[in-house]
Amino acid sequence: MEYVLFAYVDEAGWPKLTKAEQEQGMAAYTAYYEALTKAGVLKGSNRLQPTSAATTVRSANGKAQVLDGPYADSKEQLGGYFLIDVADLDAAISWAARCPASMHGVVEVRPLWAMPA
Amino acid sequence: MSIGEGDQQARSTADAVARRSYGRLVAFLVARARDVTVAEDALSEAFAAALADWPLNDCPANPEAWLLTVARRKIIDISRRRRSSEMVAPQLELLTEGLDAAEADAGIPDRRLALMFVCAHPAIETGIRAPLMLQVVLGLDAKTIASAFLTSPAAMGKRLVRAKDKIRQAGIPFSVPEREELPGRLETVLDAIYAAFTEGWADPGGTDVARRDLTGEAMFLARLVAELLPAEPEALGLLALMLHAEARRRARREAYGEYVPLAEQDPALWDAQMIAEAEVLLMRASALGSIGRYQLEAALQSAHADRCRTGRGNWSEVVQLYDALLALHGSPVVAINRAVAIAEIRGAGAALEAIEAVAADVRLAEYQPYWAARAELLAKTGANEEARRAYGMAIGLERDPAVRRFLQRRQSALE
Repeated sequence: MEYVLFAYVDEAGWPKLTKAEQEQGMAAYTAYYEALTKAGVLKGSNRLQPTSAATTVRSANGKAQVLDGPYADSKEQLGGYFLIDVADLDAAISWAARCPASMHGVVEVRPLWAMPA
Repeated sequence: MSIGEGDQQARSTADAVARRSYGRLVAFLVARARDVTVAEDALSEAFAAALADWPLNDCPANPEAWLLTVARRKIIDISRRRRSSEMVAPQLELLTEGLDAAEADAGIPDRRLALMFVCAHPAIETGIRAPLMLQVVLGLDAKTIASAFLTSPAAMGKRLVRAKDKIRQAGIPFSVPEREELPGRLETVLDAIYAAFTEGWADPGGTDVARRDLTGEAMFLARLVAELLPAEPEALGLLALMLHAEARRRARREAYGEYVPLAEQDPALWDAQMIAEAEVLLMRASALGSIGRYQLEAALQSAHADRCRTGRGNWSEVVQLYDALLALHGSPVVAINRAVAIAEIRGAGAALEAIEAVAADVRLAEYQPYWAARAELLAKTGANEEARRAYGMAIGLERDPAVRRFLQRRQSALE
């Protein structure tokens, strides 16, 4: 089954880190990315720009309402995702638990909606 | 044989099969269908088909195999009906395989344990795990479960459906976890069984049939887990704990249905066989060398029973057990019970101090045993006015009328 691991992290925390800490943080994500790749489960991954770059669009009565900022304001923001293909939820959870974001934020595990063949 | 007799016989055979094999049948079908709802629906359609077929063609020699064959076809029908909305097609071929072995042989592989791990998966909302297990593994209907858990059948039905959807959509695996994950995952299974048990226990008078039956069903599940995982000490511990509680059921009520607290119970009324079985289980569990919450709780019940039977004071041993439990499974509830034990050694004043340490926990404001314990301790120190108020809180929070009357008698006995 395919799952997306959504990494929610406190994006305000990143700029506060020292250069060395940032490098360490990047290395953790790189190592995780490599582990996913080597295990042959990674289907795609991206890091997102901070929510200050987000724009929210909602259409009502044929008219688009455009708002500055992310959809939900919360302590942690969606910072990136990993799309993986694994056997079942337990396998997805074990990958989520290894994700650096699960240590300094939270990881949401969501199965993809499988389209009928 | 008349039609009526045939109907009668078909029904009683079907009832007997449902009683002895429901869980095995549904677990076997879930393993194939990978969908709890589909498996349940297929099995219930197979039972309906049996009631129509058996009176005409006699009951089959192997009714379980007959039901599985019909249920397999029903699974394919149901899956085809649903194919438009969600993916099922890839699994259809798998469904038709693997049932022949079961048909040839009466021995259906027992997959009930895997089914319990599905129902109590950490991805399932905690509060619905016990109801889910009762429905899926034991076949209880939503109405019965709802009445036992004091909610409306409609609300319970909805939550059960949502949980089963989650199992399918999230891809919760149908398997017993690997060795290294087993203890952690087993905990959620045992917790769900214990939740069902305590829910049933809330009506110790046995006046509410649905609730009383629930303790029996929970006991059945605990036995099943202990049999299927005989080397898991906590599974043995939970069964021992439940046996100790169950053994005292009769003694908790006197002839007129009034509540009798442990210290005033007549040990002759306890079920000696259950206590003996619990003790054997505890010994086996402790030999496995890994202590846990349920073993400690069972050991506490064992210590309480032993004290009441022999009159030998063992309060320091009891406090030690509570200390261990608190370290392992810290909860204000354990802290209160520990304080009550401390009162027996160091007096009510010391116990009240111990209770104060946890009194700030907001969960306790609505917890009857906290107020009852507090009231007893205050009464012992002579703080009658405060004791009266604490009894008032306990009485207001109690659901069981017999316990309420007991607390009212204590309250009015204050000077």
